Amino acid sequence: MSTEPRPFEEIYGELEETVRRLESGDLTLAESLALFERATALAEQANGLLDQAELRVRQLIAQPDGSLASQDFDGWQAGR
Amino acid sequence: MPPTTVYTISQINTYIKGLFATDELLGDVWLSGEVSNFKQAASGHCYFTLKDAGGSIRAVMWRTQAMTMRLPREGDAVVAHGYVSVYEPRGDYQFYVDSVEPGGVGWLWQEFQRLKARLEAEGLFAAERKRSLAERPRRLGVATSASGAALRDILRTLAIRFPLVEVVLAPTPVQGDEAPGGIEAALGLLNRWSAEIGRLDAIILARGGGSIEELWAFNDEHVARAIAASAVLVITGVGHETDFTIADFVADLRAPTPTGAALVAVPDARELASQVAALRARAQLQAGGRLAAAQDDLDALKARLARLSPQAEVALDRQRLDDLVRRAQLALRNRLGTLRGRLQGQKLFLAGLDPTAVLGRGYAIVSTPAGLIVTSTTQVAAGDLLHVRVADGTFEAGAK
Repeated sequence: MSTEPRPFEEIYGELEETVRRLESGDLTLAESLALFERATALAEQANGLLDQAELRVRQLIAQPDGSLASQDFDGWQAGR
Repeated sequence: MPPTTVYTISQINTYIKGLFATDELLGDVWLSGEVSNFKQAASGHCYFTLKDAGGSIRAVMWRTQAMTMRLPREGDAVVAHGYVSVYEPRGDYQFYVDSVEPGGVGWLWQEFQRLKARLEAEGLFAAERKRSLAERPRRLGVATSASGAALRDILRTLAIRFPLVEVVLAPTPVQGDEAPGGIEAALGLLNRWSAEIGRLDAIILARGGGSIEELWAFNDEHVARAIAASAVLVITGVGHETDFTIADFVADLRAPTPTGAALVAVPDARELASQVAALRARAQLQAGGRLAAAQDDLDALKARLARLSPQAEVALDRQRLDDLVRRAQLALRNRLGTLRGRLQGQKLFLAGLDPTAVLGRGYAIVSTPAGLIVTSTTQVAAGDLLHVRVADGTFEAGAK
């Protein structure tokens, strides 16, 4: 399996946390600027994910041996 | 052996219809049951099914009767009067209704109430049991028919609203005898998926609108217990707004329709984008403020440093020196101006004394060969050679 991109909610969570720290005060200028740069990069990543997202649907399949597998399910878009 | 007589379909249907017509009971009968699949055609005729725990019968009510009464609705328990006859084109027998009266509580309704009361008493509907939804879910399970409109509605809604979410579909029949077991199994598989492969934030259990019978699987006790046992939060979206099933009561969240279930399951990506923008703006404001504060601090320090340092003295001396130089330059310039003026006056005076200027007017300067200018007759004897200078040159002359 290829490396999955970082999930949106993780990026969003870190962005929220970064801004919260930035707003907490008591930071050196260097710390402030580093956090600001981090926040900007995270916002870019979040926007990127939102812009390019495409719904992925998998159909779950129970194998005869009892294990679980899945396959892509894309019939729902036909006839749109 | 060839048959002695062969009948057509319509002949046998007509024959059966005749038998029905001669039967005393079928010609004038009261039936009690629950109304389902009620439809009024454009013609005004009404078609529905009357049913109880043991069976069902098709029913027809002509427009002329339908106009004279309050029409029964889906699920109504009624007592109806009419006659039973054969609809020859289909070979069906039907109940031709001429009057309908409310007939107590319907059987399905009673069963529904009994199960609901029992599960409620067990605490399966308790508010404390309801879990709250993740704000930004990453993965959703969907249990519904793979070919139904409900699935299409759900997936289209998710694709428009929050395409970042990943969907895991567990197909199951959602009506008929296999539906309760299928739904139970689908919920079980999705829970296993969540535990073993990838955590699901919620499961949407859905079915499009239909009659009470078509939705009945969602009033099944096994289904109710499977929802209650689900480790993953369950959102139901069954039927239309007005349909409430047992599954809805047990679920963590009840949405009015499949589309509604998809809407509550995920946030709006456009809203999220503006939240991201707001967070970014807050970061910018903070960093900008911090930077401005640092600049102010720096300026203040510079100013203090400048006031305290020995350089300040030097700067002051330098300023004084500059001042002196400027004044000296000014004085010098004034003096020069005066001198230059005076020199100009003297030049004019000297120009008046220039002897060459007199020559131009016809005078001459006479000098001896020794170079002495002759200013007296005593200096000259006859025969002396003299130099005569006029305006444009010199010539020799002799004295007499």
